[in-house]
Amino acid sequence: MQDPRNPRPPSGLAWRWGVIGLAVVGAAAAFGYAGGWLTPDRLSPKKIVNVLQANSGLHPGYRRNHAKGICVGGRFEASGQLAAFSEAKLFAQGVSTPVVGRFAIPGGNPQAPDSSAPIRSFALRFDMADGEQWRTGMNAMPVFPVSTPKDFYDLNVATAPDPATHKPNPEKAKAFFSTHPETGPFLAWISQAKPPASYVDETYKSLNAFYLRDNAGQRHAVRWQVVPETPSTGDGGPAAGDTDYLAADLQKRLAQGPARWHLQFVFANDGDPVDEAAKAWPDDRKVVDAGTIVIDSWQPQADGPCRDVNYDPAILPHGMEISGDPIIVARSAAYAESYLRRTSEEGHLPGTERPKEAQ
Amino acid sequence: MSRYDTFHPFARVLHWLMAIMILAMLFIGAGMVSTLAEKHATLLAIHKPLGMIIFVLALIRLGFRLVHRPPPLPADLPLWQKLAAKGSHYVLYGLMIVMPLIGWGMLSAGKYPVTMGGGFVLPPILPQDPALFAWLREAHRYLAWLFFLTFLAHMGAALMHGLIRRDGVLKSMTTGN
Repeated sequence: MQDPRNPRPPSGLAWRWGVIGLAVVGAAAAFGYAGGWLTPDRLSPKKIVNVLQANSGLHPGYRRNHAKGICVGGRFEASGQLAAFSEAKLFAQGVSTPVVGRFAIPGGNPQAPDSSAPIRSFALRFDMADGEQWRTGMNAMPVFPVSTPKDFYDLNVATAPDPATHKPNPEKAKAFFSTHPETGPFLAWISQAKPPASYVDETYKSLNAFYLRDNAGQRHAVRWQVVPETPSTGDGGPAAGDTDYLAADLQKRLAQGPARWHLQFVFANDGDPVDEAAKAWPDDRKVVDAGTIVIDSWQPQADGPCRDVNYDPAILPHGMEISGDPIIVARSAAYAESYLRRTSEEGHLPGTERPKEAQ
Repeated sequence: MSRYDTFHPFARVLHWLMAIMILAMLFIGAGMVSTLAEKHATLLAIHKPLGMIIFVLALIRLGFRLVHRPPPLPADLPLWQKLAAKGSHYVLYGLMIVMPLIGWGMLSAGKYPVTMGGGFVLPPILPQDPALFAWLREAHRYLAWLFFLTFLAHMGAALMHGLIRRDGVLKSMTTGN
């Protein structure tokens, strides 16, 4: 590209072009590395969502996990007891914060029977007055099965349905669990767990540990749980063959009045594992009651306000922080990927399945 | 040399400051969407306020450029290179202003809090709309690629001026003479 009218053609032309080429190619390669294109073996949000999608089938427009659920609405009324441990404004005494909630069952199949897994989940988005938000996705179980994203991925690969039998291969699952002893507490629980007949009677847990930060800048490691206040009405559970009893039960309960839970924060002692979701903390830990969650309305998820909420557990108000638990960030990244896929399907983006045509 | 042969010192400071910020933004963006390691949260927390700083600086820079015209390109530069230089500058300025707005709008359409740190949240600029979120999210991705490719061309051309043609174009943005 040398100008023929340039009076002094530079010497070492090849070397000069080499520098330019190296700068451009080097920058492009560094960008490729940052984007993960040069390390295809690295575990990515896409891979996690792909394995969930492969295990449950593609259901356009739906969440890739916890696909079957129902929207609920209400508020959180703070007791003020947690305000000493977190400067998040929603915990100040007397503050009432609207919530958009969602009850769901695990798995990516929105038509799955309610009894398909003994786990129920409860997600909440707290909409604070100044525009801040707190989002949390909780599960009715004592611990998470594994403590790292890689193990979660491997667990889903090991329990993938066999193409021939449509059921997980017991040998592969057994091999995974025997080489992952941290799954012991979860396996012990789930072997006894019965699928409850109501969303309302369950205790839901954050499973992951987070930090509260107080006015003085001190951090406190916590997990939280929402514990039902409503005593069980115990009407005998669902009729035989009824696969959608959870939504019907919730509607019946809410017709009688609001359902209430206490939002309790469990504080770690020194030495309790903060970064391992598969490990429970002993039962005697300090518990602070932050206030009451009041749920008084419901809507089907197809057009309810929870449908387009990504219950990303890393969205926290000032005064709450993520811990070093690697599952939190992995959930955040994978939920973002799942959210993009289902909103792309809603938006009929090129190359995506259309929700209505797929039915 | 006349004062039209170089960039104003303020323009040069803004150029290099924003070059570092924008390049950091592109790498942070590419990294944060492809990883599920802990740095994902850190990168996300930097990406949003840094994007808003770039947006404000880009408006200042555009305003400054409109009253302080840049030095002309060398008269002997081939026409296609003049057009490429002009076109790539339109693309770079456009993306500096449009990318933060798309990011802000996309978070608004997803009803995400647009957190700037320290509990400070920007108000939404678009109503909640999942389809709009998806379109803006993908636009953000593809325009980021265009941004990076335009940066590569810009950097390659600047080095070509400095190392091959040695016509003072690169100097007009570095030492100024």
